[in-house]
Amino acid sequence: MKVAIIDYGSGNLHSAHKAFERAASESGIGGDIIVTSDPELVRSADRVVLPGVGAFADCRRGLDAVPGMVAAMTEAVHEKGRPFLGICVGMQLLADRGLEHTTTPGLGWIGGDVVEIKPQDHALKIPHMGWNTLDQGRDHALLAGIPTGTDGWHAYFVHSFHLQPATPDTVIATTQYGGSVTALVAKGTVAGTQFHPEKSQKLGLALIANFLRWRP
Amino acid sequence: MLKVRVIPCLDVKDGRVVKGVQFVDLRDAGDPVESAIAYDAAGADELCFLDITASHENRGTLMDVVSRTAEACFMPLTVGGGVRTIEDIRNLLLAGADKVSIMTAAVNDRDFVRRAAEKFGTQCIVVAVDAKKVSEAGSPDRWEIFTHGGRKPTGIDAIQYAQEVAALGAGEILLTSMDRDGTKIGYDIALTRAIADAVTIPVIASGGVGSLDHMVEGIRDGHASAVLAASIFHFGEHTIREAKEKLRANGLPVRID
Repeated sequence: MKVAIIDYGSGNLHSAHKAFERAASESGIGGDIIVTSDPELVRSADRVVLPGVGAFADCRRGLDAVPGMVAAMTEAVHEKGRPFLGICVGMQLLADRGLEHTTTPGLGWIGGDVVEIKPQDHALKIPHMGWNTLDQGRDHALLAGIPTGTDGWHAYFVHSFHLQPATPDTVIATTQYGGSVTALVAKGTVAGTQFHPEKSQKLGLALIANFLRWRP
Repeated sequence: MLKVRVIPCLDVKDGRVVKGVQFVDLRDAGDPVESAIAYDAAGADELCFLDITASHENRGTLMDVVSRTAEACFMPLTVGGGVRTIEDIRNLLLAGADKVSIMTAAVNDRDFVRRAAEKFGTQCIVVAVDAKKVSEAGSPDRWEIFTHGGRKPTGIDAIQYAQEVAALGAGEILLTSMDRDGTKIGYDIALTRAIADAVTIPVIASGGVGSLDHMVEGIRDGHASAVLAASIFHFGEHTIREAKEKLRANGLPVRID
């Protein structure tokens, strides 16, 4: 199995690379994890991962700056049905639009807008930074074997915006931060986490292993 | 619910830990990577490396340490010390740091915070605020920013400074009381609370931890989002787990997975 982690100049992919390698070897799934900016390798990959840190518009610009990348991702997902995982801003890019600073078009793979999180409790800090539990809305292969709810495992978040879905059926899990914050979305072969699985220790490695096993 | 974070901090000099982890038998207690792995296993919520290497030529050893740590630990890593330029930040992030802490460079040029946040995103820019009390006994509390390990006064009001860097795009403040640092008598709670209540970004309390009760005070009374400590953990006086259990016993939410 070949897993392509897309490198489009958005932050460091070193730890994502190593976390996928660790999850692949510990779970016995194995596979070849590559970090690449080559659309051909994305097109031919069995699984595709889109990370992303920083501002939505910058990430979109960076992705568009790699010739043929969006087309290759679209082909891998929508023609070949390859499993796809967006992480943090990589997940937000799946939405129709990002409303951070300016309005920026997303990939439109999961309906909705990326909007500022506004906790009802004004004492809560922004960014939402640190470890939080997941509230599972419905079953999904990516959460198989991962305890959720108040006493569940924790995921590492650091963000000020989140994906507000057009329809609730794409939301697999949320987290509580002065209101409900979107944590995990999925539709068909496309999934995305607002949190960082590559930084979420036990939960993160389990979710990555689930993604490698996932046969949507 | 978002949990309170417990963050051990390791001082690194020329690629070696200055006060190495002594709570477990490591092959090499001076290797920051081994210490990082030990803290990862112990349940630390994040890890902080403070580089105190004097010369800039030895920066390469730090990059190597950060890179090897990022390969072995799947938890957030903040690196600070000697960060002066956008290029310094880029190099640390590329080596595998998740957040970079800037101190003197931000004091000297506030706009550096804005440029760094615009370039790399608010989420990875931590501004280290080293503050000392300057008000006389009996008059209202006032703290100022000090650089050079607390030796050099700047005349800058700490609360105003914190608000300013937050507005410029800092994602977090690492607040150290230079009066308390190394004293083990507890965080400066009045300072911590004054800063935490003045900004909307998270504040990490640092400087002065001598007991687990101090950590509880830092969060409960100081309104910090996270507590940072060094020697209390390194020398095995307390484990990360004990710290979290103490926080939990005092009604504060912690992560024990």
